Amino acid sequence: MTTAFFFYLFAILAVASGAMVVFAKNPVHAVLFLILTFFNAAGLFVLLGAEFLAMLLVVVYVGAVAVLFLFVVMMLDVDFAELKAGLIKNAPVGLLVGGVVLAELVALVAFHGITVSPGRAAAVATPEGVTNTQAIGQLLYTKYVYFFQGAGMVLLVAMIGAIVLTLRHRENVKRQSVAAQVARGPATGVEVVKVPSGGFDIPPATKPEAAE
Amino acid sequence: MLEAITTFMNAYGWNLLATIFFSLLMLVGLLLIIAYLLLMDRKVWAAVQMRRGPNVVGPFGLFQSFADLLKFVFKEPVIPAGADKTVFLLAPLATSVFALASWAVIPVNEGSFFGLAEGRWVISDMNVGVLYLLAISSLGVYGIIMGGWASNSKYPFMGALRSAAQMVSYEVSIGFVIICVLLLVGSLNLTDIVNAQKTGVGTSLGLPNSLLDWYWLALFPMFVIFFVSALAETNRPPFDLVEAESELVAGFMVEYGSTPYLLYMLGEYVAITTMCAMTTIFFLGGWLPPLDVWWLNWVPGIIWFLFKVVFVFFLFAMAKAMVPRYRYDQLMRLGWKVFLPLSLLAVVATASWLHFTGGAP
Repeated sequence: MTTAFFFYLFAILAVASGAMVVFAKNPVHAVLFLILTFFNAAGLFVLLGAEFLAMLLVVVYVGAVAVLFLFVVMMLDVDFAELKAGLIKNAPVGLLVGGVVLAELVALVAFHGITVSPGRAAAVATPEGVTNTQAIGQLLYTKYVYFFQGAGMVLLVAMIGAIVLTLRHRENVKRQSVAAQVARGPATGVEVVKVPSGGFDIPPATKPEAAE
Repeated sequence: MLEAITTFMNAYGWNLLATIFFSLLMLVGLLLIIAYLLLMDRKVWAAVQMRRGPNVVGPFGLFQSFADLLKFVFKEPVIPAGADKTVFLLAPLATSVFALASWAVIPVNEGSFFGLAEGRWVISDMNVGVLYLLAISSLGVYGIIMGGWASNSKYPFMGALRSAAQMVSYEVSIGFVIICVLLLVGSLNLTDIVNAQKTGVGTSLGLPNSLLDWYWLALFPMFVIFFVSALAETNRPPFDLVEAESELVAGFMVEYGSTPYLLYMLGEYVAITTMCAMTTIFFLGGWLPPLDVWWLNWVPGIIWFLFKVVFVFFLFAMAKAMVPRYRYDQLMRLGWKVFLPLSLLAVVATASWLHFTGGAP
């Protein structure tokens, strides 16, 4: 009974905040609603008995991806009136994509029926004595190890690509070399000059300013 | 009807009531401790600078934190005209709620709470406790970004941008350090992590169940990296660039006053205490006594846990008092060019060592 209650709570909140992502006028609010959607999806994972995936969803998507997303959206110089004007223009494309996804979902339910109900979900969890962290690890590093490594390589290539695209070595910028600073000792940092008494002129650059 | 209530209570009710009761107990205890940690922070800071610190409210200033609380609560909340009101008020709430939520999985002692059937020293002894802690502590950044953005003002925005970059950077090395600990333990459960520290270096040296068994010795470089990253993650000095008063007035908190400001401060100190508790659990053996002698074993585990948390907090306070603030580019350099490769290397080294000596759990 409690499982069903929490399922409907998370599901309704996820769908509602998902809708708000689209309908929110302010892009920052849209990202915040997106974060709420992630949270509720994580809650649904917990109900399915997949607490490892739930926590990973929060760590990766909420903790890192959405932060960068918010970071970028906050920096955008958005004109809200212009955004609204684009709504009518872009509506057909959005409706088309939404319609295709809806059709797919309807087709899935029509041909396969709903196989996972909130009550049944807990029954298909991992076997006794194996936490789902271990279960995922065993599957990921044995059966799907090449796919897993492949996914890692794709991410690495994407990361290197992003760095190559954005890295610019600017000229005429003084850079700090910590090693050089640390290695600098009395021998290299200080010059001791023997000045004969009386025979020394103060150079003009370091001459003390006259009192005004 | 009565029968239905009895059935319900037997199925869920007592567990629910116990959870609520122990959550409240944990929260009240935690907030009381934090009130005095705040005072300790100021006293240590004052002592380093040869001042007296707060000493007016109560004997030795013992009630200073409560006076501050009343002061903040009775002030008038001011919301800037250009601010996004909802997000502006939501941000400090998010900070303090997320910070407090992480205490749901922190085990302060082992076993049952004074032998009660429903009693427990940890509110939720979940299998993925470490991941939960990581997840919740990575959410702390939202309170700062939301507050900085919603203030609609320059300095708070700069503070928010700095914090987003800083907290995301140091989370990575914290994650890798935790992976080193997890490799040695073989479990994501926090209670298991503490219990795994009963055997270790000390046992092989002939001092079983001692402080040499704890992971601070076996993983000493990781311990240092974790401590420094914890300072950066909680925006403590020397990494408090988010609210650097010499550059940004008070950073993301410039526009805040009254209770919202209080919630920010509370969230910040709860997050610091959480980091101290995490250090205690991962590296200082949680509730385990430092030596296996009867009069140290006789002391309850909660006392040891508290003692260690306060000790780590003392280190935090000393770092605040003694170390000058980092420059922003140096902070980023330390995070990405020093700690990230070092901790990644340590994960590889720990994993290979466990693999080739056959010590993997």
